[in-house]
Amino acid sequence: MASFTYTIKDELGIHARPAGMLAKEAMKWNSAITIDNGTKKADAKRLMAVMSMGVKKGQVVTISAEGEDEAACIQAVEKFFEENL
Amino acid sequence: MGRMLIGKGKSVYKGISIGKIFVYKKAEKNIKKEIIEDTAAEVVRFEAAKAKALGQLKGLYEKALRDVGEEEAMIFDIHQMLLEDLDYNDSIINMIEGENVNAEYAVFLACEQFSAMFLSMDDDYMRGRAADIKDISERVISILNGTQAAPEAMAEPVIILAEDLNPSETVQLDKDKLLAFVTQKGSANSHTAILARTMNIPSLVNTDIDLDMAYDGATAIVDGFAGVIYIEPDEVTMAKMQEKKAKADEQRALLQELKGKETVTKSGRKVHLYSNIGSIQDIDTVLENDSEGIGLFRSEFLYLGRDTFPTEEEQFEAYKTVLSKMEGKKVIVRTLDIGADKQADYFGIAEEENPALGLRAIRICLIQPEIFKTQLRALYRASVHGKLSIMFPMIISLKEIMEIKDIVAEVKSELDKENIAYGAVELGIMIETPAAAIISDILAPHVDFFSIGTNDLSQYTMAIDRQNPSLDAFFDPHHEAVLRMIQWTCESAHKHGAWCGICGELGADMDLTQKFLEMGIDELSVSPAYTLALRKRIRESE
Repeated sequence: MASFTYTIKDELGIHARPAGMLAKEAMKWNSAITIDNGTKKADAKRLMAVMSMGVKKGQVVTISAEGEDEAACIQAVEKFFEENL
Repeated sequence: MGRMLIGKGKSVYKGISIGKIFVYKKAEKNIKKEIIEDTAAEVVRFEAAKAKALGQLKGLYEKALRDVGEEEAMIFDIHQMLLEDLDYNDSIINMIEGENVNAEYAVFLACEQFSAMFLSMDDDYMRGRAADIKDISERVISILNGTQAAPEAMAEPVIILAEDLNPSETVQLDKDKLLAFVTQKGSANSHTAILARTMNIPSLVNTDIDLDMAYDGATAIVDGFAGVIYIEPDEVTMAKMQEKKAKADEQRALLQELKGKETVTKSGRKVHLYSNIGSIQDIDTVLENDSEGIGLFRSEFLYLGRDTFPTEEEQFEAYKTVLSKMEGKKVIVRTLDIGADKQADYFGIAEEENPALGLRAIRICLIQPEIFKTQLRALYRASVHGKLSIMFPMIISLKEIMEIKDIVAEVKSELDKENIAYGAVELGIMIETPAAAIISDILAPHVDFFSIGTNDLSQYTMAIDRQNPSLDAFFDPHHEAVLRMIQWTCESAHKHGAWCGICGELGADMDLTQKFLEMGIDELSVSPAYTLALRKRIRESE
């Protein structure tokens, strides 16, 4: 399993658009990708589930990937967070 | 090509449109549950509808991207993403396969489930997403059951054929895609009709035409001069109408010459010629028509077509945009006028026997001052960005004005305490009840201006419901009682140093322009489309 932690910088938190883009990004990988904010977890490929976590600006989330392509996957997802959230 | 079909209606805007028909049927509110045997085929049916919905959304996204830019287009991108959400899709397919139900019902249940999930979140933004879930679900359902989604689904400008359109539906229409409205119901004084005039759209209400899906995509001509719609017109009619359209366009061009000219009578009396608008998008039309200000900005658009109250911040941004866009020209905002024919469920107003005489407008604001104060705070904060006036609707007594002034004073002192700047704001009232007109001499010393709302004033004076088309024959727009009240109101204002304008539909009635000038009316506020024609009329008057 590969993972990283990230502090959300976007004013609106993980809102609809980045959640949708994240789902698209996540779909590219075979690994299961999970977002965890300490109280809730969601599958990054599932947009509404991610949105329903209600992650706000300033919150710390842990993203983990598990699967054969997890190493490359986690790198790409981390880059996605830095650019979009 | 079939045979030409002719329908007659009541025209609400004089002009001619030629184009394709879009039959707008409201999605069935009560989705029927049916038991399906071939669930595999039903899943395929759902997948096909979903694919079509995604195609529509993609088209909308691309068009919006070209027309209004990425910011506005994004919503259609998000809708596509939501529609492809795995949980949403799993829920629908499981329902079809596990419960043997039809696709419409499965989508309906998924919509309920997921919108409830968003509604339960403790975040305004996320709660607002419930409306997106509804929107995408309705789009799929209307494809499934053969009704069309909202007219916005059209990529090309269309003539919309509908049973009726209510104000909250009308505000959501994409104005760039409208050539004409033709409705079976509705009256010439309804809000939809007013909107059609604001947008310069030839439209018919009360039209004797079937709402046949077979007309969808057919070519039609709407003649707003004669109040006629021709469906699949023959060549002769088409040629005649094209000529008539060319003439009308020419006349419009002539009026364009009056742009930039002063609104002044032959004897040199200056009249302020302002516009009535109902949304921020209307400002472009206001500026195109060279209007001198906004005499009636209906703030309801901020409250309609949504599930929760607009926040102070949202309102502030909207007012700031209007004031900045008008670049120092006067903007008169009318405070919340919900009630009667403009309803929003979240206000929780109980069903009324007679809403026109019920809890509406300033009455709601005085009973629930927190709603009112939010709007006033937003307005005062925005006042530093332009020249703002505020007016209050449905006034009947001096007591109400005094209560309003107390609340305004509270709002200002709160802003002072928070060190938030605001500008000098003129305060006025709408004169739209016979009560206010008759005691206008008592009210005038306490306000900066009066603006006469002739639509309600006429309806209350003549006891005629303006939403009821069967009463149009009894309605006399030039009723002496109304004219006398206008005259008296104007005299009362001038006696006490206030100014007096008209913001109702009567202000654009060219047969009365001379009379209004003689009465001493200081301002006329009309649909932007009438601005130049009225300027012409005033310049030709004494």
